[in-house]
Amino acid sequence: MERREWPFRRAVWQIWKKVREIRKEAKGTGNKKSRPPKLSRQGEESKKILSVHRKGGKAGKGSIEKKNAKSRRISAAFLTPSVFGVMLFFVVPFIVVLYYAVVNNPIQHHFVFLDNFINVFNNAAFRQAAYNTMKFSVIAVPLAVVLSLGLAMLLDSKIPFKSQFRTFFLTPMMVPIASIVLIWQVLFHYNGMVNDITALFGAGKTDWLKSEHAQVVIIVLFLWKNLGYNMILFMSALGSIPKDILEVAILESAKPWQIFVHIKIRYLSSTVLFVTIMSLINSFKVFREIYLLTDDYPYNTVYMMQHFMNNTFGNLDYQKLSAAAILMSLVMIVIIGILFLTENHFGKDVEG
Amino acid sequence: MIGSGNKKSGMEMSEGAYKKMIERKKRIAKVRRWIATLLAAFCAVLFLMPIVLTVTNSFMAASEISSNYGQVFATSDSGGKTFISEKVNLKFIPDMVSFSQYITVLLKSPDYLFKFWNSVILVVPIVGFQLLVALLASYGFTRYRGRIKEIIFFTYIILMLMPYQVTLVPNYLVSSWLHILDTRWAIWLPGIFSPFAVYLLTKYMRRIPVSVMEAAQIDGAGEWQIFRHICMPLCKGCMCSVAILIFIDYWNMVEQPLILLSDDSMHPLSVFLSKIKNGEIGLAFAVATIYMVPTLLVFLYGEDYLVEGITYQGGIKG
Repeated sequence: MERREWPFRRAVWQIWKKVREIRKEAKGTGNKKSRPPKLSRQGEESKKILSVHRKGGKAGKGSIEKKNAKSRRISAAFLTPSVFGVMLFFVVPFIVVLYYAVVNNPIQHHFVFLDNFINVFNNAAFRQAAYNTMKFSVIAVPLAVVLSLGLAMLLDSKIPFKSQFRTFFLTPMMVPIASIVLIWQVLFHYNGMVNDITALFGAGKTDWLKSEHAQVVIIVLFLWKNLGYNMILFMSALGSIPKDILEVAILESAKPWQIFVHIKIRYLSSTVLFVTIMSLINSFKVFREIYLLTDDYPYNTVYMMQHFMNNTFGNLDYQKLSAAAILMSLVMIVIIGILFLTENHFGKDVEG
Repeated sequence: MIGSGNKKSGMEMSEGAYKKMIERKKRIAKVRRWIATLLAAFCAVLFLMPIVLTVTNSFMAASEISSNYGQVFATSDSGGKTFISEKVNLKFIPDMVSFSQYITVLLKSPDYLFKFWNSVILVVPIVGFQLLVALLASYGFTRYRGRIKEIIFFTYIILMLMPYQVTLVPNYLVSSWLHILDTRWAIWLPGIFSPFAVYLLTKYMRRIPVSVMEAAQIDGAGEWQIFRHICMPLCKGCMCSVAILIFIDYWNMVEQPLILLSDDSMHPLSVFLSKIKNGEIGLAFAVATIYMVPTLLVFLYGEDYLVEGITYQGGIKG
């Protein structure tokens, strides 16, 4: 049999565009037919009436306008509790934090600009924490994205007991970490089950939690906890890819991997962005797991940002805290900005 | 034009060969489905194992636990009190099912129940009031969108995306200004005003057609009536999803109490569980299971809501 090729990627997209155009036209004509011409004129008339009202509003006659303005104000009032709280607990203190980061101490208020940041940078503990956190995120986030996409594809294919599997994969998300830490300690203990399994493959024993491999344990725990959540996001995105374009591609004898690379990935791009951001945020939260597994002073490779912050809270060194917080937020903003820009660049020609 | 090569090869084949090809394809698909199912089952086992193990181990008697796992938890102290075997025996099913641990936890040592109660008292008001505040705010964001509102909403999104390491410093500062540090208010208030629920509910409410609300307005309904009798009923499902998501998040909290509550007696069970002493390790599994129960119940009741909520979260730009 001759080899089937699919050099027609472009053709598929073109056909898809045609289909869309035709559909739009069909919609347009349908609308024209169904809507009698009178109505459109009526619409214009109502606009005129509205504009009269608007003019009248100035003179104090337009009751509709007045009513609208009033309800506009009332609906804005609904916002007040939340805005007040957010201002009080997040925005205003954040500005103060910004201020603390550039003065020498909260009593003297000498402006020192970048000194605090330099101090924080020169702090060995901070560098260790930043390095570990970065390393963890760089390894764990892509793993989380790829594996959860794999799980979603697995559930998207035709297998029985789909909804049961979905439930199973989602349960870890519900279970509080504190409940699961005990069994994790048992599994990864020096004489524990994981070492027994690796021994089957001839690997030596490692004391997982008290060596450089501690990060592996944390990554496994992180993935275990977060994959379900990401999977749900990917599943809903996979479900929203229009069926026709997949059918067109199959008719053009595209192979599954071609469909995946050229069509699915492009439709998924915004979801990939979101999942990456969420995984990134969750990867910063991983302190929780480490703290519960190893207490305040863990092995060096899992000393994270939050450990640093906690220990600094202990001494109440506001300058260090503020500078570190500001640095973190800057890094977050930059990363998220970059992610958004790349997504905008790649996902441009796809209609969501 | 495009599919012509394809057609030709099909025409040239004899009927028998064609049938064979179809059958082969069917077989491949079947095998593939089996492999996928097995893979999914394998993953499911991996995902469920820790939970199942925790639950089954909670039915072990204290002596059995310390003989099996004593080594694991004895390392931090000078050594176990009971005899410790060389290996860590991971057991799926206890030798003897006993409820003694649960009886101890529930009846004899009130410490754990007290911490459990701490967790409840910290989480429930946050879920309730965050939902309430967020409902009001998201209605405000939905009706009449203007530039200022969009800017505020964008600020909310940024705040939502910030990790604890950033938000905890401002929270700590305010708590110390207001002298609510080391009281429950330090956890409650930032939790109640957290922007997360606002974001999710607003995204949902903006999908409600404007015409529905306008119709109500023309019929003479005031803003409060529109909110109470039109928006809230329509958002019921979304409210459930949001409530579940908030509940999971705060039931699992560790960072906030560690920093904002220096008094150990107020700590929730999630923090306390890691500090269980060596002698009481037998109880730990039972306590862990009890701590898991509320979330699992919520999950059983509201899995669909949860999935829906996660789905709404996707697509930050929308």
